[in-house]
Amino acid sequence: MNVLVYLIPISLILGGLGLVFFIYTVRSNQYDDPEGDARRILTDDWDDHPKP
Amino acid sequence: MTTTLRATPSACPACAAAPAAEALAARNLPDARLALSLPTIHCSACISKIEGALNAHPQVHSARVNLTLKRASIDAAPEVTAEEMRALVERLGYEAHELDAGTLNATATDRAGRDLLMRLAVAGFAAMNVMLLSISVWAGADAATRDLFHWISAAITLPAIAFSGVPFFRNAWAALRQGRLNMDVPITLAIVLAVITSLWETSLSGEYAYFDAAIALTFFLLAGRYLDHRTRAIARSAAEELTALEVPRATRLHDGEEEVVSVSELAAGDLILVRPGGRMPVDGEIVGGTSEIDRSLLTGETRPVFAGEGQAVSAGEVNLTGPLTVRATAVGAETSLHRMADLVAIAESGRSRYTSLADRAARLYAPGVHILAGLSFVGWYLYTWDLRTALNIAAAVLIITCPCALGLAVPAVTTAASGRLFRRGMLIKHETALERLAQVDTVVFDKTGTLTAGTPRLEAPGAIPPEAMAVARALAEGSSHPLARAIAEAAREAGIAAAKVSDVTEVPGYGTRGRCEGREVRLGRASWTGAKPRTQTASFLSMGEGAPVAFPFTDALRPGAEEAVAALVADGKRVILMSGDTEPAVAALAARLGIKEWTAEALPADKAARVEALGAEGAHVLMVGDGLNDTAALAAAHVSIAPASALDAARVASDIVLLGNDLTPIGAACGTAKSATRRIRENFRIATVYNLVAVPLAVAGLCSPLIAALAMSASSITVSLNALRLR
Repeated sequence: MNVLVYLIPISLILGGLGLVFFIYTVRSNQYDDPEGDARRILTDDWDDHPKP
Repeated sequence: MTTTLRATPSACPACAAAPAAEALAARNLPDARLALSLPTIHCSACISKIEGALNAHPQVHSARVNLTLKRASIDAAPEVTAEEMRALVERLGYEAHELDAGTLNATATDRAGRDLLMRLAVAGFAAMNVMLLSISVWAGADAATRDLFHWISAAITLPAIAFSGVPFFRNAWAALRQGRLNMDVPITLAIVLAVITSLWETSLSGEYAYFDAAIALTFFLLAGRYLDHRTRAIARSAAEELTALEVPRATRLHDGEEEVVSVSELAAGDLILVRPGGRMPVDGEIVGGTSEIDRSLLTGETRPVFAGEGQAVSAGEVNLTGPLTVRATAVGAETSLHRMADLVAIAESGRSRYTSLADRAARLYAPGVHILAGLSFVGWYLYTWDLRTALNIAAAVLIITCPCALGLAVPAVTTAASGRLFRRGMLIKHETALERLAQVDTVVFDKTGTLTAGTPRLEAPGAIPPEAMAVARALAEGSSHPLARAIAEAAREAGIAAAKVSDVTEVPGYGTRGRCEGREVRLGRASWTGAKPRTQTASFLSMGEGAPVAFPFTDALRPGAEEAVAALVADGKRVILMSGDTEPAVAALAARLGIKEWTAEALPADKAARVEALGAEGAHVLMVGDGLNDTAALAAAHVSIAPASALDAARVASDIVLLGNDLTPIGAACGTAKSATRRIRENFRIATVYNLVAVPLAVAGLCSPLIAALAMSASSITVSLNALRLR
């Protein structure tokens, strides 16, 4: 059962990473315009060079 | 800086230093934040086209289109006006409306939603991890392993609940301080008690810990709260957008100069110019100009009223033909705003009479749970004289009975139903509106602006001699008066070309005149053309010889009016038409739509009194109206619907706003509301059944954390799935 000493912290850290990442997406307004973002990815406006 | 490059309009050499000074001044001004409503955008091409055009404007710092809200927000140099931006987008071929950025206060609601979502995420994360640990405990981990897992669960659960449970703790505290019980009191008690007994058990290396139940409970309840919040936030933002579309701006005459100012800056005594088509921003008296005004939103009469010097006007009336100069007598809080506040207060006091199904359930439920838990605690304590066992069982009873499914039962159904109705063009503003709509058995309609579109239509164009029609078309085409436009429209449809009429001039307030074949011809009011006035709305054409020709008008029906009335009648509802308009007009419309009961020339107070009388007879009245004259009745009715074109006050007073032009959704909405209420009741029943099965186990001390977790999750999931069955 000694493997638990590694496995439990690892699973918690991985889950925690997911949580931190989700909180980052909420804080950076990524859920403000779900419909627009879904379509925006299909435009080819900034394919050749990044948006200035 | 772009402002320094701008060409100065003045050519005088002394102004050479102006650009530098202007740049300085511009730097001190805050940047303009503008918002446009773009109702017709739908794809990625629209986004890039509009954003490209807006960003290409030299003074725009950044522009972003939000497709979900169908809105563009623009960050621009201070001197850029919203009108300029609107014109720019309209040139691209998209419909655009200016939104009042001050009214669009999205940030406050947004922050509350984000806060809830964050708490939900933390609770979800903790619940998943604790459940994983619990599964191994249920699977048979024992001794040191079980203790270790319990301690890890405690270490995850305690901070997670301290953060995620705050909304419940806050509400429960607020209720307790006022000496009341609400849903949040048993929730808080269950969570806190479960955590305390579990900690105690864990420290004694006991078998049962309820950390998983406590955190899962928080997660499910937060999910219900979040759904509820989202439904309301969507409704609020759509309602805000309707208000923001009416930008409160007025043209003030200051020392003979026109300046455009915000309505809030107007003071009594100011001279205000109201152009044709504009709405009166204040109560006042006409000091210059003649015109006709449309008071239909205030009184329900369709017929335009003559307006001349010395006449009083009130805020909300629409100027039709000539420009008017108005001296303000009452502004801001003393005019429509004040009336609105009064009416909203009336509306709110009326709404508070209704207790929602959830509140009724909570009223039965909250004391019941406390008594049950208290009794099992006392019973087991007297039986075993062991505080640990008794507390454990009391905690189990509280967790099992906790209103997990009850917390989801209403929000899940309301979210599903509101989403469905929103797609059909109905905005549910009030949280109990759906339940009240389901009870409706009597429907009262207003006429002008509700069943009719508020635009006149020429009655029987075939009965008018073609030569008169030709002259009338020529005269009417020069005017923007609604009656004139209706004549021009009818003539165009009948294929009658305009006669040759020269020197067409509009005499504001009276009509249009011109010269045809050497004679003067006039189209306008009865008194001005020498005709006998009629009771019906009509224009008259005098051709210089013979009797003037009458052009009688009816009001065009709003699309879907016939279908809506037919659907309601077929559903067995009593339909009543109540209008402030004249008797013949109301009778004609009632006959056309097959409405048997109607009242004409009803004053606003009459309407409200009639609605209240119907309510007193035990009828559940749905009022559909749009004008200021309907506002009191909208507030008095059991539930009310206003079209989006209604006056702001009417929209505020009503529970449901019809977003489109079409009335058809009303019939279907009653059906949806009924099935939603049925689903809510079903959900309550499902939750009760789960409780009936699990509570005896808990009271008997047979409930393990596994049974608690199963009962809770199963009932929550069943309830959510049942809500999704809504059609």
